[in-house]
Amino acid sequence: MALSSVLQSPAPGFNFDNAARNAALGRNDGGHTPKPLKTGTTIAGVVFKDGVVLGADTRATSSEVVADKACAKIHYISPNIYCCGAGTAADTEKTTDLLSSNLTIFSLNSGRNPRVVMAANILQDMLYRYRGQIGANLILGGVDCTGNHLYKVGPYGSVDKTAYLSMGSGDLAALGILEDGFKPDLEMEQAKDLVRAAIQAGIMSDLGSGNNIDICVITRDGVDYIRPYQESEFTDDRTIKYKYRPGTTRVLTEKVVPLKLEVVHESVKKMVTG
Amino acid sequence: MNTLDVRSQLKDSVPVAGFGPHGSYGLQDSLRTGFTSIKNELIPSHSLELSEKNFQVNQDKMNMSTLRNIQGIHAPLKLKMELKAATQIQRLPFLPSSHLALDTLRGSDETIGFDDILNDPNQSEVMGEPHMMVEYKLVQRLRWRDTPFPISMQMLISCPQMFTLHTTCRE
Repeated sequence: MALSSVLQSPAPGFNFDNAARNAALGRNDGGHTPKPLKTGTTIAGVVFKDGVVLGADTRATSSEVVADKACAKIHYISPNIYCCGAGTAADTEKTTDLLSSNLTIFSLNSGRNPRVVMAANILQDMLYRYRGQIGANLILGGVDCTGNHLYKVGPYGSVDKTAYLSMGSGDLAALGILEDGFKPDLEMEQAKDLVRAAIQAGIMSDLGSGNNIDICVITRDGVDYIRPYQESEFTDDRTIKYKYRPGTTRVLTEKVVPLKLEVVHESVKKMVTG
Repeated sequence: MNTLDVRSQLKDSVPVAGFGPHGSYGLQDSLRTGFTSIKNELIPSHSLELSEKNFQVNQDKMNMSTLRNIQGIHAPLKLKMELKAATQIQRLPFLPSSHLALDTLRGSDETIGFDDILNDPNQSEVMGEPHMMVEYKLVQRLRWRDTPFPISMQMLISCPQMFTLHTTCRE
């Protein structure tokens, strides 16, 4: 049924129609708006001699409850760039997906692997446009033709480029370990151990981080995504099984109706490949 | 008289009397748009609403002025001419247009943003009435204030040349 109040086709993109209603509801309810799923994280990255190591924990929290014990926080951007995300889980997912799509289009058009600085610039433009409303704290790391790079992008679009970084709610604990242990031109095993120790410190000192540690090593030769690198020693040892065994509920009646299907027409078409 | 409230700045053209929540001649049009609240209309409720509405316009202004300073007046002039020509290649307002030429000129056929994922106009849940949408477009184009709404047949007959829609109907 056509609406006579619609005078133009709706504009694509974000729709702010409910903003006034939400503000009014927030006032009436005493300010109890539903909280989005935050990742409450520790993420860290280190540049070493041959590439970049990224690390993250795997806990996702929703206020005081652990919502996901095996959350994947290291996102794929392109074959040579990966991105760790902290902040609101949906925002980091969507932003990194969009970034990955844009860079894929670019590399299809130009035939080259994208550079890390391009990813950082695209993110910066996108996040600044929305003035921090998209809660994505990202650590971008990758290897391209110009070298090994590590960038940090904040929710308002601030970009920082250094050799070692950490973000998330456990960033201060992780940064302490990184500051102490970082040396320029580390070997791969030393770098992996440093990142592991940094994330471990974040897990121990911060309530929002926990469970397993994921590590992603990016070098010129390829990517090694180790998930999990270290599993948490505190696993659920449930003594009771919560699955119902078959036969728990008594079956009263059973009726089987066979579906009569007949083959009407069959044709085989050879697929031309190559 | 139609008072120019802040909400009118959300449109990037002159506000047209006879349309909008106030209906004809500044009266409330409860039949079409329901009960209205003056407070809600004075202030855009989200901090990003205004900036998002005018984002493309502001980007263009910035880019064109940079081009003007670097390359001279001819560069923005040519680009704006091409953009204006490409904007006119669309179907009637109530039909979905692909904006292919416009996308190619802007370079937005090679980028994906929230505009392509959220609220796709081709999959919108509401449909406008074709006649009203075409009239709105006509009056907006003419910027003819105080047009009683809807446009009467008398006016259409008396001055037909004012009402030709300059849209080409090829995709």
